[in-house]
Amino acid sequence: MAEVRRVVGDLTNRAAHAVRHPVSTFLGWPVPRQATTGDLLGRGPAVTSPTTRGTTHRLADADRVARSVCPYCAVGCGQRVFVRDEKVIQIEGDLDSPISRGRLCPKGAASESLVNSPTRLTKVLHRRPHGTDWEHLDPDEAIDMIADRVVRDRRAHWQDVDDQQRPLRRTMGIASLGGATLDNEENYLIKKLFTALGAIQIENQARI
Amino acid sequence: MTDLRARVRRVWGNQLSGPTDPTADARWPDPPARKGFFTDTSICIGCKACEVACKEWNHVPSRPGGDTQGTSYDNTGHLGADTWRHVAFIEQDAAAQQRARESGARLVSLGMPARVGAAPAASDPAEPPGFEAVRWLMSSDVCKHCTHAGCLDACPTGALFRTEFGTVVVQADVCNGCGYCVAACPFGVIGRREKDGVAVIAGEPVTGYRGGVAQKCTLCYDRISDGLQPACAQTCPTTSITFGDHADMVALARDRLAALHAEGRTEARLYGANPDDGVGGTGSVFLLLDEPEAYGLPPDPVVPTARLARMFTAAGTAGTVMMGLAVAVFGIMGRHG
Amino acid sequence: MQDLANADCIVIQGANMAECHPVGFQWVTEAKLRGARVIHVDPRFTRTSAQADRHIPIRVGSDIVLLGALINHVLTNDLWFREYVVAYTNASVLIDEDFLDTEDLDGFFSGWDEEKGAYDLASWAYATPRPTASDGGEEATEGDDLSDAAAGDRYGSGGPPLDTPRPMTDPTLTDPRCVFQLLKGHFQRYTPELVEEVCGISADDFAYLADSVTQNSGRDRTTAFCYAVGWTQHTEGAQNIRAASILQLLLGNMGRPGGGIMALRGHASIQGSTDIPTLYNLLPGYLPMPVVGHHDTLADYLDAITSVNAKGYWSEAPAYTVSLLKAWWGDAAREDNDWAYDYLPRLSGPHGTYQTMTAMLDDEVAGFFVLGQNPAVGSAGGRMQRLALAHLKWLVVRDLQLIETATFWKDSPEVATGELVTTDIATEVFVLPAASHVEKSGTFTQTSRILQWREQAVHPPGEAMSELQFFHELGRRIRQRLAGSDDPRDRPLLDLTWDYPTDAHGEVDAEAVLREVNGVGLTGESAGEPLDSFTQLRADGSTAAGCWIYTGVMAGGVNRSASRVPASDPTDPAHDWGWAWPANRRILYNRASADPEGRPWSDRKKLVWWDEASGQWTGDDVPDFPLRTPPGFRAEPGAGGPAAIEGDDPFIMQADGKGWLFAPRGLVDGPLPAHYEAQESPVPNPVYGQQANPARRTVAGPDNLFAPSGDAPGSDVYPFVFTTYRLTEHHTAGGMSRWLPFLSELQPEMFCEVSPELAAERGLENGGWATLVSPRAVIEAKVLVTDRMTALRAAGRTIHQIGLPYHWGVGAQAIVAGDAANDLLGIALDPNVQIQESKVGSCDIRPGRRPTGPDALALVAAYQRRAGLVPDADQRSGEDRVMDEEAGDD
Repeated sequence: MAEVRRVVGDLTNRAAHAVRHPVSTFLGWPVPRQATTGDLLGRGPAVTSPTTRGTTHRLADADRVARSVCPYCAVGCGQRVFVRDEKVIQIEGDLDSPISRGRLCPKGAASESLVNSPTRLTKVLHRRPHGTDWEHLDPDEAIDMIADRVVRDRRAHWQDVDDQQRPLRRTMGIASLGGATLDNEENYLIKKLFTALGAIQIENQARI
Repeated sequence: MTDLRARVRRVWGNQLSGPTDPTADARWPDPPARKGFFTDTSICIGCKACEVACKEWNHVPSRPGGDTQGTSYDNTGHLGADTWRHVAFIEQDAAAQQRARESGARLVSLGMPARVGAAPAASDPAEPPGFEAVRWLMSSDVCKHCTHAGCLDACPTGALFRTEFGTVVVQADVCNGCGYCVAACPFGVIGRREKDGVAVIAGEPVTGYRGGVAQKCTLCYDRISDGLQPACAQTCPTTSITFGDHADMVALARDRLAALHAEGRTEARLYGANPDDGVGGTGSVFLLLDEPEAYGLPPDPVVPTARLARMFTAAGTAGTVMMGLAVAVFGIMGRHG
Repeated sequence: MQDLANADCIVIQGANMAECHPVGFQWVTEAKLRGARVIHVDPRFTRTSAQADRHIPIRVGSDIVLLGALINHVLTNDLWFREYVVAYTNASVLIDEDFLDTEDLDGFFSGWDEEKGAYDLASWAYATPRPTASDGGEEATEGDDLSDAAAGDRYGSGGPPLDTPRPMTDPTLTDPRCVFQLLKGHFQRYTPELVEEVCGISADDFAYLADSVTQNSGRDRTTAFCYAVGWTQHTEGAQNIRAASILQLLLGNMGRPGGGIMALRGHASIQGSTDIPTLYNLLPGYLPMPVVGHHDTLADYLDAITSVNAKGYWSEAPAYTVSLLKAWWGDAAREDNDWAYDYLPRLSGPHGTYQTMTAMLDDEVAGFFVLGQNPAVGSAGGRMQRLALAHLKWLVVRDLQLIETATFWKDSPEVATGELVTTDIATEVFVLPAASHVEKSGTFTQTSRILQWREQAVHPPGEAMSELQFFHELGRRIRQRLAGSDDPRDRPLLDLTWDYPTDAHGEVDAEAVLREVNGVGLTGESAGEPLDSFTQLRADGSTAAGCWIYTGVMAGGVNRSASRVPASDPTDPAHDWGWAWPANRRILYNRASADPEGRPWSDRKKLVWWDEASGQWTGDDVPDFPLRTPPGFRAEPGAGGPAAIEGDDPFIMQADGKGWLFAPRGLVDGPLPAHYEAQESPVPNPVYGQQANPARRTVAGPDNLFAPSGDAPGSDVYPFVFTTYRLTEHHTAGGMSRWLPFLSELQPEMFCEVSPELAAERGLENGGWATLVSPRAVIEAKVLVTDRMTALRAAGRTIHQIGLPYHWGVGAQAIVAGDAANDLLGIALDPNVQIQESKVGSCDIRPGRRPTGPDALALVAAYQRRAGLVPDADQRSGEDRVMDEEAGDD
C-alpha cells in the first residue's frame, strides 16, 4: 500500500508540474485517481487525459527563432518568427522591442496566416495578350521574357533631348509602382536599376 | 445536523458555492498561484488583436462567409466554440452615460456592493468629466474561469477539468459532445463545435478541428504551463488585457477603479471580483464603465451548483415523503391483496 | 513615437491612431494614464475618439481654419514662447517688400501667374540689402529666376537654398515686414467665430482645444500633434502640416521631449521608400532628380540645390551627390565626366503615379511593374486605373496573393459593365510570387526613422522570390542583352555597379546592399571600409554612399540596424535597438530642447544640453547639433556649411538654421497656409473669394468629372460629403488582409457610416444596402447608422458626412470582396507633392443595391447630366486628359 501511495503521489506531482507521462497501469485510470488524489469530485488531476498531461506548446518545439519586424503599418513592431522543419509555426510580438513591447495589432497578430496562407502565390502565372486564362510559366523564362520587353520598350519610348535640344536621356515606356512594403535594400536596387535604364515614372504608396 | 454540515465543509471546502480556492478544492497538490485576466475596458481600443491572436495560437476556425452584423464594429457577435475572445462595441448617448454614472454612484454609496465589487468611494472625488454626445464602449469578453464553474460540474465525462492554475479547460479527447456544459454556463461562454474542420497549420491543411465537442478559452493552458502569457494578453496593444496571479489581478482592478472614482468617474465598476457572487468570483476580472447588461453580461450570474445543496435537501425530503407514502400505500394494498 | 508618453497634451488630428497604429497608440495610452490630455479632432468619432478626453468633430478639409485660429489665439493673447520664438525661428526676418498676402489679394499671394496657373515665388523671399550701400534701407529680392514657377520637390530635403543665411531682421518683431507681423496679419481673420462657421466646431470646443494646447506648452510642459493622411490627402495637404509646424514653433514644442509633430506613416517601410525613394522626383537621401532646363549639368544641379553660403549640413549636398554617383557607377564616375552625372535621366514636370496613369490611357507607357501595391483598388479613380491597365502592352505584378490589379482583365467592374472585354485586352500579364517579410533579410524604416533589420526565417515557397533577387536577376539579364553595345544610351546600365554576392538559392546578400547604401571609403587607408558618418563624405570621389542619410548604419563595420538591446527601463530611449537616421538621433532638432545658453528649458523637459566642463553637447539623446559648437558661437561672416551653424541655430538642415514660421521657398502654393475649400465642397469658401487652392492640379476629361461646389448649379445633385479611411481589421487595398480568414471575418463587407439624421433623410436602414454615386462612379455598401457620425452646421447649412472604408475591391480571388470606395474619388492633387485629395469628395446616397452591368454606367451618366457636367454626348479625346494646372477659374 505504501508503495502504491508513493507511485500515485509521484504521478500527481508530475501532473502538477507539467512533467507528463502516459500512465499505463490501472492506477492511472480516473476512478482510482479520484480516490488516491482526493479529487473525489473528479474535477482536477484525477480526470486529466494522457494528452492533457502531455501538454506542450509549439514554441518549445521550434528549431529556431528569427527576429523580424511586422510587415503592416509603420510602427515597426518587433516580431519573433518561430520555425520548425523549415516552416513558420508561429509569429508573435517581440517582448524585447522598446517600440512595441511584445504587442501586435490584429493584422500583426495574423502574420503567421499571412506567410502561410494557402492561397499564396507560389507559381509564376502568365496571361497572353487577349488570353482568357492563366498559364504557368517557368520563372527563369518569365524573367527572360520581361528582360526582353524592358530592353525593347525602353528603346521604343526613348527620348534623348527635349524640344529645345536639352538632355533628357530617358524612357517613358516603362513605369513602376510599389516599394512601401519592401525593404530599403530592395528599393535601393529598384531605383538604381530603373534610373540606369532611364525610367523615371517610378512611384510608390508614399504619394498615394 | 449543524455539526455535520460544519464537518462536511471542513473536509470539502466550498465546493459548490461561495469563496474558495478552486485549485485546492480540486485537490491539486502544491499548486501554483491561481491565474487570471484583468480586462480594463476603459483603455480598450477595440482593435480585436485578442480575437486574432487567440485564433492564430489555438487554431480556432474562422467563420467563412459572414455578413456585417450592423451592430457597430462587432461582427463576431458572441463567445462560442469558435470564438474564445469577443470584443463588444456599445454606442451610447449622453443620457445613457449619465445613467451609467448614476448607477455606479449608487454602488459606491452602498460601500462595497455585494454584487459586482467596488473599491470604497474616493474621499475627495474630482469634478467628473462631462458627457459627450456619444461614447463608444469596447470590451473584450472571454471565459470567466469561474471559481465555481457550471460547465465543469455539469460535465459527466471529466472532459472539463480544473487545472493547477485554477482555470477551467476542455479536454477535446475526452469530450463526448453531450452539451450539458453549454446549458450550465451562466455566461454563455462555452459552445459545442458542430462540424469537423480543417486547420491550416504552417500552411498545411491538418485535420485539426474535432467536431461534436465543446470548446472555449483554455487561458492558453499550454502557454501558461511554460511561463508564457496567454496569446491575447501578450498581444493587447494597450494592456487592456493583463494576465497574472489572480490576486494581483484583483488588486490591480481595485487600484484602477479607485483611480477612476477619484476622477469622478463613478460609472466604473468591477465585474467578477466579488468572491461572494453567484459563481464565487471569476478568474477573469473586468473593469466596466456601465452595468454588465450593457455589455451583454449577466448582472447576477449564478452557477447551477449554488442551489445544489438546497435542491438535494428538497429532493431528499421529497424522496423520503414519497417513500413513506409508497410504504403506506403498498402496506394498505398488501393488506387488501 | 515612444516619446509621446512624455507629452502633457496630445492632439490627434488628421489621423485615427488607435485604429491605424494600435500598437503605437500604447504610448498615447501611457501618456494618458500619466495624466496627459488627449484630444481627437476628426470628422468621425472613431476608436481613437473613444479613448480621447474629448472628440471634436470637424468638417473635412477645414483643418487650416482650426489650426490658423489656434495660431491667431496664441498670437493675439500673447501665449507664444517668446525666448524660443525669437532665438530659434525666423519670426524676426524681414520679407521682400513686394510680398502681398492673401489678405491683400482675396485669397492669392503675390506672384500668381494666371496663364501658367502657378506662383512665381520671388516675392516670398527674405529681404536683402541692395548691393549698393547708398540705397540705405531699401530692399531687393534674391536674384532668382523670376519666371520660375518652381516645383516644391525640386530642391531635396534642405529645401531651396537661400543666399541670405544671415537675413535682415528686426529682433523687436515690430517691423511690418517681419515674419511675426506678417503672421499676425495673415491669421487675424482666423477667429473662433470663423472656426464655428467653417469647421462646424463650437466656441466651447475651440476654447477647450486652445486652452489645452497653450496650457500644456512652455518651459515645463509640451504638446505633441499626431497626423497621418487625414492631413496630407488634400489639395492643400502640405499646408496642413505647415500650419501645425507654425503653431508648434510658436509654442516652442519642436525638438523637445513630448513635443513635435508625429507623422504616422502607414506602411512597414513607407518611410524607407521615401528615404531611398521609389519616387519619381527624388534620388536617395532627398537629393532631387535632375530637371531638364534647370539641372542640365552637374554644376547647374549643385548650384540649384544648395549654396556655399548656406548654413548647415545641406550645404554639403555636393559630397552626397558625388558619393551617390560613385556608389552607382563606380570607376565610370570620374571627375572628368562630372562623376557620370549625365547618366541620370531628367524630369520635365511631375511624373507622379496619376500623371503616369494618364500617360497609360494615352498609350504612352508600354510596361508597368506593380510591386506589392494594388492600384486597381487602392488608388483614386479606380475605374481610370483599371482602364489604364488595359492600355499596357505588358504588366508585371509581384505580390503574395492574386490581387485585383493582376486579374483586372477577367473580373474587374469594367468587365461587368462591358467597358472591357477580356478577349479584346491586349495586355500581357506576368504574375510573379513575392517573398514575405520573413522570407528575406533586410531593413524596414519605421515611422520614427528607425531602421530595423529582419532576419530571414525561411526561404520563399515554390517559385516565390524577393524583389532583391528578382531585380538583381532582371538587371543581370538586361545587362547581358546589352553587353558589347556601343550605344551611349546603354552606358549607364553597362557601367552600373551590379555585383552583389548571392547564396546557393540565388538570394542576394542584403547586408552587402546595405553596406553600399551606408557608404565606403574608396582611397587610402579607408578604402573598402564602411563609413561611420555622413560628415566623412567628400565631393572629390574619395567616398561612395548610396544614401547619405543612412551613412552610419554600418558604422564600425557593424550592422547597427540589427542591434537588439532592449530598453533597461521605460524611460530608456533604447539607442541600441535598431538605428535611426541621421546619426542615430531619436528626436530631430533636439538642440531646441535647451535654451539659447544651452541649458534645458526646465528640469522636467530636459533632453540635450551644453556641458561646459567637457565643452560639448550631451544628454539623453544623440545631440542633433555640431557636438563642440558652444551655445554662444558666432560664425565668421562669409562662412558656409556646418561651420556657419551658430550656437543658437537648432534647425541645422535649414539654410538659416531657424524654424520657418514663414516659408520663403519650398512650397508652390503659398509661404503661409491659407484655407481653401476642397476640389469638391458643399460650401462657398467663407474665408476668401478664391474657392479652391489655385495651384492644385487635376486631371481633365470625361473620366474625371467633378461635382460643382458651393452654390454652383448642380451642386445639389451630389449634396453629401464623403471621406475615405482605413479600419484596424484591414490593410490598405486588402492584399494582405482580405485573403486572411481571421481578418476578413472581423470586417467582412464594405460598408458606409451615416448619421441617423442622414439615414432618416434618405431612407437608409441599418444593415441594409446603400448606393453611392459620385461624378466618377457608383458603388454599393452596407449601411451602418451610427451616432458617431454627426451632421455639422457650417456656412449656414447642414453638412452630412459619409464615412467609407476603402479596403474592398471587386474580384474573385479574395475571401471577402466588395465595391471600392476609391472608385468614387476624383483625381485632384496637392501641387507640392502630387498627392490625391482622397479625404473629401461629393456624392449622393440612396437606399438599395446599385444597378449592375451597363445600367451602372447609365446611372452615373444620368447624375452627370442632371448636374450639368456633361452637355450632350460623352466626348472623349486624348487631349482632354493632359494634366492641367487649373487656373483659379472657380
